[in-house]
This record gives sequence, structure tokens and C-alpha cells, in this order.
Amino acid sequence: MTGFTIERLGEEALLLRLGERIDDDTNRRVHALAAVIDARRPPWLCDIVPAYASLALFVDDDRSDPDDDPLQHAERWLQAQDLAAAGDRDPGHQPPLEIPVRYGGEHGPDLEAVAAHADITAEEVIALHTAGDYRVAMLGFAPGFPYLLGLDPRLAMPRMDTPRARIPAGSVAIGGAQTGIYPRESPGGWRILGRTPLVLFDPARPAPALLEPGRRVRFVAATDDEAA
Amino acid sequence: MSIEVLAPGLATTVQDDGRVGLRHLGIGSAGALDLYSHAVANLLAGNAADAATLEVALSGPRLRFRKPARIALCGAEIDAEVDGTAIPGWRPVQLPAGSTLVLGRCRKGARAYLAVAGGLALPDTLGSASTDLRGGFGGVHGRALAAGDVLELGAEGVPAVERLSIAPWWIDGTPDLDLSVPSRIRVLAGGDATAPVDALFTGRWRVAAASNRQGLRLEGDALALADMHERISEPVAPGTVQLPPDGCPIVLLADAQTHGGYPRIGHAIRADRPRLAQLRPGDVLRFAPCTPAEAHAAACAQRQRLTRIALAIDSRRGADA
Repeated sequence: MTGFTIERLGEEALLLRLGERIDDDTNRRVHALAAVIDARRPPWLCDIVPAYASLALFVDDDRSDPDDDPLQHAERWLQAQDLAAAGDRDPGHQPPLEIPVRYGGEHGPDLEAVAAHADITAEEVIALHTAGDYRVAMLGFAPGFPYLLGLDPRLAMPRMDTPRARIPAGSVAIGGAQTGIYPRESPGGWRILGRTPLVLFDPARPAPALLEPGRRVRFVAATDDEAA
Repeated sequence: MSIEVLAPGLATTVQDDGRVGLRHLGIGSAGALDLYSHAVANLLAGNAADAATLEVALSGPRLRFRKPARIALCGAEIDAEVDGTAIPGWRPVQLPAGSTLVLGRCRKGARAYLAVAGGLALPDTLGSASTDLRGGFGGVHGRALAAGDVLELGAEGVPAVERLSIAPWWIDGTPDLDLSVPSRIRVLAGGDATAPVDALFTGRWRVAAASNRQGLRLEGDALALADMHERISEPVAPGTVQLPPDGCPIVLLADAQTHGGYPRIGHAIRADRPRLAQLRPGDVLRFAPCTPAEAHAAACAQRQRLTRIALAIDSRRGADA
């Protein structure tokens, strides 16, 4: 059963809240609900934006009828849908996407620090990070930046007190209990484990973001040669 | 047919109506902050209301027009000269070939919109010509204008004129654009309440210097939340009023990120966002509570006024021709 509350996000969107915490089960239900709504997508629904435990439905507000509030219309549509079974579906039907990563060294300047923080070796950090089965909880912070759930709790490490001014594109990093990948060179405070040669975001591609929300992901340790 | 950027101004960007439907990929909308002035400028130049314009922030560029052009400037009151002759805003202006347009400081308001007949011919990136400064794409190489940039114009040429020609009629931007301060911005309730509940509306707020296209940062008596529990990142939208731990609200604008973890204490309504866009660092504003029905009515009324302006410009142009 997919229970949620509905709140207005300004004039543009309805916010469906399925929970208040970051956990895998809630996020799985968010993506299942998003998939069901997407399958029935009415023409006025212009974006379905998932987050950890919520989902925003952005509606086309370019209407000129003062008596027809588009969000009221959207809420009526939503309430008429039978969404009870949506939470039982597994949205991650695609096989996980493999992401090659060069861990450590110049590619992962924080690998040793994460190992020290977890009181394990760098090799064990890589083993734990590549063993994980991750889901793209949401894309945010920057275009195409995936927040991945599924990090082994032993690898959790708080963000840096002072963010780095410049993190290279493709950096695979840990921020608290999450792991993510920087699509573009940017400042950031996450702990960098390694780097992938995959291009996470390219506005010229038909699908600009490599990872869609809800997509399952695995990391694979690559040598410099393999990942080149 | 092209425009040469002799000097770029403080932060001049190419903007149209922005991107729709990509927030799930972390891609914000971008687009003109003051969509009203942007639309009127386009209509005056003879373009579709959503054609790409130059958004000029606080201090403008110096541009050379290689061919004759019809332009219009709307939004902030800005010092504007064509080869030494001052030109007013909110009306069509015809430039002879080789004219240099110098845009100086915004005297009142923060953002002026320069529309050029034919529109700026820029490649469409993800459905829009708008510059996404955070993502580094759209517009001119995903950045603000730089000296030496050349902007190509759309195919439509305009009749050559010998001399600068300024239309004797103009459009009045009020009530949708009111540059007087303190500004009054209507706000819908957000998911998080302040304590006391009307604290956002009783205070006076000053726009902080760190404001940009992402958000207006406000200074004033710090606000407190009614319920202090921890929040996780949720979708946000342009207009969302966030309350970070320092108690000073941030009003998100068109370049807002797609998700945010700060409590949301309100949403600035669409009809008042042109005014928000015109606030300068140091300007004072007040917020007023608003219901969804009032917000929707205000948005519809603004759209209807724009439609009437489009008709008026059309008939005026017919009479001029």
C-alpha cells in the first residue's frame, strides 16, 4: 500500500510525501509510484520529480481559465487513480548499470581517509563499495548528479568541514551514508574514493543524464587501462 | 546579421522562457527571471513572447549592430544610449547598421531585457536557448557574455533606416512591474510554519549582496520554525521560500536547484516574480499572505494583460506601417 500525503509546492506542483526518512524501502516505493503515474501520464503533467521519500508532480500552469486551478485539477485526477498496489511493484526491473571506477591515488584522494575512518584497509573499502547494490534515489545538486542509496554503513563518513574548491568530473564520492558521482567539475565536500571515465551528464545527448532516477547501479573496480 | 559584444556588462545572459520537464534529472528551469518584461520586450521588437532575449543584470553591455535592427528594452530603468543619443525603454527603437548600443547602470530595478527583432539565433539545448549557469550549458557556451562574443540573429531582416528612430508610443509595465520599494510580494503557505506563524509577514526584509539568479537572500530579524524536526531533501521550485538554520529566508529564483533540504516556509506567487527579479541588493521588501485562488487569479490576470498588450502592439504596428 502506497500511503502518501499531498501538499502544494507553490502554484506549480503537488508534493506527495511517502515518509520522513531516508531509507531504501521508502525510496523504492517513491520510484514505484513514479512509474505508475508515468504510465498513466496525462498531458498536463510536465514533470515527475522523485526525492528520497517524496515525489513532486509539476503541472502545466499555462492555463488562462481563472475558474480552473490546475493544481486542484491535478489533485482530483490523483485521487481518482487506484494507486494502492503501486508500492508492491519493483521499479528496478532493468539490470544494474555497471560503473567502472579507478579507486585511490590521484583519482581518489580520500580513499585512505575513508579507510582510516572505518578502521579497515583501502582494499576493504573498495571491496565494500563494489559489493553494494545501489539505487539512484534522486538527481539533484547539479544536473545529472545521482544520490545513491545502498552504501555499506561501515563506509559512511561525514562531509569535509571545508569543501574542496574543485572536484573533477566523474569523481565517485561518499557524503554521510550516501555515495554519488560528480557529473561536472565543481566545488564539493564529499570524500572522493575514485573516478569514473563515464560521462554522467551531457546536454547534447538525447538522454542527457546517464542515470535516471530509480536506476540500479553497481561499481566495478577498473585499472587505468580498462577504464581508459 | 549579428551583434558584436564589445563589453559584456556585469552578468548578461541569454534567456528565454526556460526548460520544462527536466527537474527529475536535476536540471533547473533557468529562463528570464522577470518573464513579464522579457515577454513585453519581445512583443515590442516584433518577436514571439518567448523568443530569447539578453537579460542584463545591474550593469549592461556595449553592443555593436552590424546590420539595421529593431530593438526594445524593458524591465529595469537603465541608462541606454545609441551612439550618444539616449533611448527610452518600453518601445520599439530602430537602429541603423553599425550602431553601438551602450547599456549603463540600472537606475531602478535590477534586470533589463533587450529583445532584437528576429530573435537571437542560438542552438536549442534541452528545449531552450536559456543559459544554465550552474550546469554550464545553453546560451553562449553556458556562461555570461564575454567581450568578443558574436550573437547571430534570426533570419528576419528589418527595413534599413538612415537614422535612429524611436517610436513615439510606449507600453506601461504597471501594475505587473512596479519598481518602487519597499516591494510587496505575495506568498502562499509552505509546508513548514514559522513561530509566530505570521513572522514572515510582519518583518521587513532586505536583499543581501550574495543574491543571484539562484535565489534572493534576505536579511532581517531571524525567523524560527514552529517545529524543529530534521528534514530531508525534497523537491523545490522557483518561488519557494526556504529557511536555512540562520533564520534568514532565501527566495528561490529560476536558476534554483531542483531539490533542497531546508524547511519551506512559503512560495512567492508567479504574478509577483517579475517584481522579485527587479530587487537589488539593499532593497527592502515585505511579504503578504495569499491564497491559492488569489495566486491563480493574479497569474491569469497578468496573462490577460500580456495578451492585451500583444494586441495593442499589433494594431499600433499596423497603423505605423
